[in-house]
Amino acid sequence: MPALVYLLVLMVIPLGLVIAYAFLTSGRFGGVQGPATLDNITRLFQPLYLEVLASSVVNAGLATFIAFLIGFPAALAITRLSLSWQTVALIAVVMPFWTNFLIRTYAWILLLNREGILSDGLALIGLGPIEVLYTREAVILGLTYAYIPLMVLPIYASLQRLDSMLLEAACNLGAGPWRRFRTILLPLTMPGIITGCLFVFIPSLGNFVIPELLGGGNSQMIGNLIRDQFLKSRDWPFGSALSLLVLALLVIIVMLQASAARRSRKWGA
Amino acid sequence: MGVAPLWVLYVFLYVPIAVVIVMSFNASDNPFLWSGFSLEWYPALLQDADIMGGLRTTLIVASGTTVISVILGTLLALALERYFPSRFLDAAAAAPAVMPDIMLAIGLLAFYTLVNFTLGAFSVILAHSVFGIAFVAAVVRVRLAGMDSSLEEASRDLGASSLKTFWSVTLPGIRPAIIAGALLAFTLSLDEFTVAFFTASPADPTLPIVIYSSVRFGVTPQVNALATLLLLVSFIAVLLIQRTSRLGDSLRRREARP
Amino acid sequence: MATQRTRARRASVLGIAGAVCAVLLAACGGGSSGGDASPSPSLDPSADLSKQSIVVSNWDAYMDPDVALKFTDTTKANITVAKHATNEEIVGKLTAGGDPGIDVAFVSGQYAQALNEAGLLEPIDPRLVPNMANLYPESKNLSFDPGSTFSVPYAWGTTGICYREDLMAAAPTSWNDLLNPAPEYEKKTLMLATQPWLNLPAAKALGFSANTTDEGELEQIKQQLLKTKPTLLGFDDVTFYSRLAAGEVVMAVAWDGWCNYSGDPNVKFVVPSEGADLWADTMVVLKSSKNKEAAMAYINFMIGDEMQSWMTNNILYKSPNKTIAEKAAAELGADFPNIAMTPADLAKGESLIDLGAASKIYQQIATEVQAS
Repeated sequence: MPALVYLLVLMVIPLGLVIAYAFLTSGRFGGVQGPATLDNITRLFQPLYLEVLASSVVNAGLATFIAFLIGFPAALAITRLSLSWQTVALIAVVMPFWTNFLIRTYAWILLLNREGILSDGLALIGLGPIEVLYTREAVILGLTYAYIPLMVLPIYASLQRLDSMLLEAACNLGAGPWRRFRTILLPLTMPGIITGCLFVFIPSLGNFVIPELLGGGNSQMIGNLIRDQFLKSRDWPFGSALSLLVLALLVIIVMLQASAARRSRKWGA
Repeated sequence: MGVAPLWVLYVFLYVPIAVVIVMSFNASDNPFLWSGFSLEWYPALLQDADIMGGLRTTLIVASGTTVISVILGTLLALALERYFPSRFLDAAAAAPAVMPDIMLAIGLLAFYTLVNFTLGAFSVILAHSVFGIAFVAAVVRVRLAGMDSSLEEASRDLGASSLKTFWSVTLPGIRPAIIAGALLAFTLSLDEFTVAFFTASPADPTLPIVIYSSVRFGVTPQVNALATLLLLVSFIAVLLIQRTSRLGDSLRRREARP
Repeated sequence: MATQRTRARRASVLGIAGAVCAVLLAACGGGSSGGDASPSPSLDPSADLSKQSIVVSNWDAYMDPDVALKFTDTTKANITVAKHATNEEIVGKLTAGGDPGIDVAFVSGQYAQALNEAGLLEPIDPRLVPNMANLYPESKNLSFDPGSTFSVPYAWGTTGICYREDLMAAAPTSWNDLLNPAPEYEKKTLMLATQPWLNLPAAKALGFSANTTDEGELEQIKQQLLKTKPTLLGFDDVTFYSRLAAGEVVMAVAWDGWCNYSGDPNVKFVVPSEGADLWADTMVVLKSSKNKEAAMAYINFMIGDEMQSWMTNNILYKSPNKTIAEKAAAELGADFPNIAMTPADLAKGESLIDLGAASKIYQQIATEVQAS
């Protein structure tokens, strides 16, 4: 089990260190020291932090939902291409991401600012100028943009192995598109959809660069808080405690996903 | 519905990219103002030792990460799906994808410090592979779950060794998922910032770190030029892949003919 | 710094992991041996620098791009340049433990103070940094490090308001012009996102110290910032000068040299009447450095006339080097008034110091204001 040994050494042990940090006191200049304490954990339940967590969950959730709305039909469209074009279409989905995350995010600043291209364009047709940059909507847009390929790839993988005869049969039996989607496509591709949603939701939740650049400090997310504890307040223990909070939330989500996956497998049998 | 949804996705994905490309030809170094066409940033880019060094490190790191992630991630997927299905191991395998990256970054830095591991390209490869393995395993598992295991059982019943069964039955079946996983691992590593920032040697930073440090003065036109060139290279690579895979398709079709 | 209990905890974690680590290290070819705790021997002024090499971490574009060549030409020592984006990042790395592999770091004064109190800095050896004699005495006596015992200033300046002269009816004179803007300027102003500069305008407008740690005063600062926030376009440390030039913004809190980068003659800089800070970006030598003579030689080189002249002409910050500062004031002062400020002008600002435990309260204010 080389993979598990690898994960044990390079994930479980580092994770253990972070968990241990959450119960220690911060050194004055970063790092940790004794004595052990529960202060960091109790501090998590201040309304400020819970509010930031809640708004992060909403932002990441909306980004995931929009990514699904755009990503699912696109993945379906890819499966209808010939095999060699499927490869091309997939690579074209990830290709923008071979440039750089920061460069792309800056491009959105240029697109969204009040004197920017989008605003000027909308002004020409009488809809502008608009105020998008430095709003929550800009953050959600940026998160969707950043992670949408992670939605498309797993959905594509599960659609690709779907028997197209099933759909044709349903079509021949007179099922409408919505019914075909709801009764065949959706349940059979559920594992891929869930994987895709997790792939978008999780990094969105922890992201701190997009809220900073596109939210202009008007929209704090939990990732910013964690980063700030480690790099600005020099409070590693509280940063670790915040990480634990996020981790606990995500573990719950993943456990729900695992049980849902088992259930759907049972149906399949 | 046709392919229209695909075009929606591509417009969304490529509009910002178009902005980057246009701005790489901007004569002004203020990205908020267009002041005429210029090619000056391309030669400036090639002379920028920081960017070029960062590019080199990043390519090394992404390649190393892809190799480790594909091998270990595929093995992990097989183990979990075919040999040792276990809720606990499921959770362990999903964890790196679930952990906030800053947590992994801090934990790894603490760990490397504890064991006195020298920071460099190798420490970043090891760190990136942690989530690379998880992503490859997740993608491959989806595929394995949908694959009928009776073929593998038949192969074994007919006396093929496990290795032989893997090579001639399982592997061809999961090939698309492995390719998707490799693509994912490579892409994620190429663009990963937080973990690389904490685990790279300060003297040998990856490209995202170089770019992050340079934005103290905003995104420079050189950086836009770099993005444009990277895109061009990717585009050519895609064309090549497309040609070879079309060749592969036709070969396969010929083989399949009775 | 770690107490017995921390060490015990760490040791037990290490114990559990021991076998696995051994496997990993064997597989990976092992790590280097590091963590020498022995005190460094006193520095040798006649050390052979050609056998030494150093790693310097600086902000991007903050020094002559040919510095490596020129330094090696002058001193024969080898040098590698690394980059960091912010003070917080480099301090985070340096305090994480282990050998960061950095010999000289550029950090703002209050961060140098924190690093020194953490016991990470080598005292500056004046014998090896003779160019310090050319610095303004004021620049060597800032409150984070009186007498420049562990840090040497590279550049210094203050903070104020950059504004578009042509787009405003009257030039701002007070921090209140930005904190409580006239209705026509609402959503056209920016503040810095980083502490302590996020607090600075409100602290000064309320008549408090820029380094205040008084909880009542900090609460008032927070209330002012919460009131100001709906009138702001946002918090921006990076692109504010471009946005001034584009006219999207008419006023932005800014470090003095930055207004000059907009390239727009209508962008002016003012230090509001309530006063501001006095910051310094300094160079420090890490105790973990194995080539401290070369590190000192590097600092000496960077405050010499050639490098200081590059800095003030290209970064448009004020030089602490008297000869260069006076020359720059005469040549550039007309176009870039901040360059013409004298040490006496600067000394009106309040020198920033490390806030210690209060830095957590500052960060909490930043979080609350930005999350509101």
